[in-house]
Amino acid sequence: MSDKAAAAPIANPGPDLIYQDALAAGSFKIQRCDACQSHIFYPRHLCPHCGSAKISWVAASGKGTVYSTTMIRQRPEAGGNKNLCVVELAEGPRLMSRVEGIAAEEVKIGLAVTAEITGKDDEPKYIVFRAGSPS
Amino acid sequence: MSIRGKAAIVGVGISEHGEVPGWSHFELMAQAVERACADAGLKSKDIDGLFCAITPANLPVSMVSEYLGLQPKVLEGTMLGGSSFVNYLSWAALALDAGLCEVALITYGSNARSSKRRPGGDPVPYEAPYAPRLVDGYAMAAARHMHQYGTTREHLAEVAVAARKWAQLNPKAMMRDPLSIEDALKSRMIADPLTLLDCCLITDGAGAIIMTRSDRAKDFPSKPVYVLGTAAEHSHMQIAQMPDMTVTAAARSGPRAFDMAGLTPADMDVAMLYDAFTINTILFLEDLGFCKKGEGGAFVAGGGIAPGGRLAVNTNGGGLSCLHPGMYGIFLIAEAATQLRGTAGDRQITGAKTAVIHGNGGTLSTQVTAVLGTAETL
Repeated sequence: MSDKAAAAPIANPGPDLIYQDALAAGSFKIQRCDACQSHIFYPRHLCPHCGSAKISWVAASGKGTVYSTTMIRQRPEAGGNKNLCVVELAEGPRLMSRVEGIAAEEVKIGLAVTAEITGKDDEPKYIVFRAGSPS
Repeated sequence: MSIRGKAAIVGVGISEHGEVPGWSHFELMAQAVERACADAGLKSKDIDGLFCAITPANLPVSMVSEYLGLQPKVLEGTMLGGSSFVNYLSWAALALDAGLCEVALITYGSNARSSKRRPGGDPVPYEAPYAPRLVDGYAMAAARHMHQYGTTREHLAEVAVAARKWAQLNPKAMMRDPLSIEDALKSRMIADPLTLLDCCLITDGAGAIIMTRSDRAKDFPSKPVYVLGTAAEHSHMQIAQMPDMTVTAAARSGPRAFDMAGLTPADMDVAMLYDAFTINTILFLEDLGFCKKGEGGAFVAGGGIAPGGRLAVNTNGGGLSCLHPGMYGIFLIAEAATQLRGTAGDRQITGAKTAVIHGNGGTLSTQVTAVLGTAETL
């Protein structure tokens, strides 16, 4: 990580880096295609719906619904059971994630969830969800 | 232009499998090639087209060529995961028909069990933070299928029990102890709703298939098995990108392969469907058109795909009870060919003339269907 910290800022970053930098700055952004208006996740250079390269960044609403879910069964000494899910964002795209703050057993398909940025200090940030709609 | 009936399988070889300590994946692969060549009455030097995937290997096609001492004129190794080998049927048939090669070898080997290497590829950046295992994507597909269609854990257990009943008819299958629905339901949960017995085995093993143009195929010792139709499709790589977790791209590859063959699901005597997990079999029965979407559970209920059921599915015992060394697709071809030759022993489907093979790769990502038939179907 020290190498990265020392590197000069990149003048014209690609979509992955723009996404990561936004997360690091506390903002969950997704893409929207200027041509077909589809929202896009994960970040890409070409719209997977229409192929256009004219893509803008927008703030994600952070609202989503659990599309499917499983419980990764683990022994308590390995960290215990853990949720893994796919969330459908209100804007349409889906992402893999997990719901935190409630027991893994309680995460059900259709649960309304809200995005939260997480990740250790020196590591890339990522999105998890909490049960409930944004306050 | 169609490749219907243009090429045929004339050699089939399967290595020792199950647990084969002390053998590398290349060594097992070569043993399968040795057996396929003996079966076809060919020498390995006769092979001039190579179609293979094998991991780990840097430049797999080159490594396999070197290991076997081949100088193929066609070198092909498109990586679609476990469906790769079904996909090679298309390209081998095309290359043979075009005269690019005369004897095509499709092969694979793995010592996944003995080496304790687990399948897995490059880390996927937008999945990696959540540390999914391979089973978890399939578990979410199963959960979604249950949610939308009322499929039950008993339906999943039916798939595991049917595979075990077929395995009990196959002396080479790894898991042959009796298995009941209750046993399957009581098995340890791995990723809800999938238990240990909803997951395929991890074994050692290798396979080899030899193909020639159909005009030469009658000159070989065994009854030729013809490639009547093939089609490959894809819907996503990462499970979160799957447009509908209850519908695989088999819903597109199946109709295309059947169209090329000029046959329908109702014409199939045998179905070899890549059962990495029990939900796969249910999804593929629906998507290939053996039943309507959402009715796969009812189709497999009451021994529907067990010996004596409505459709002979995974007659070797499948990935669930026979063998599964990482990328299982080649064994689907081997079993279908064995059934169409009429040499499947106690598990032989009497008079089998047609078989559909369906390969799966990644996390329900790549879907490849092939229809095979005997000479009567040409």
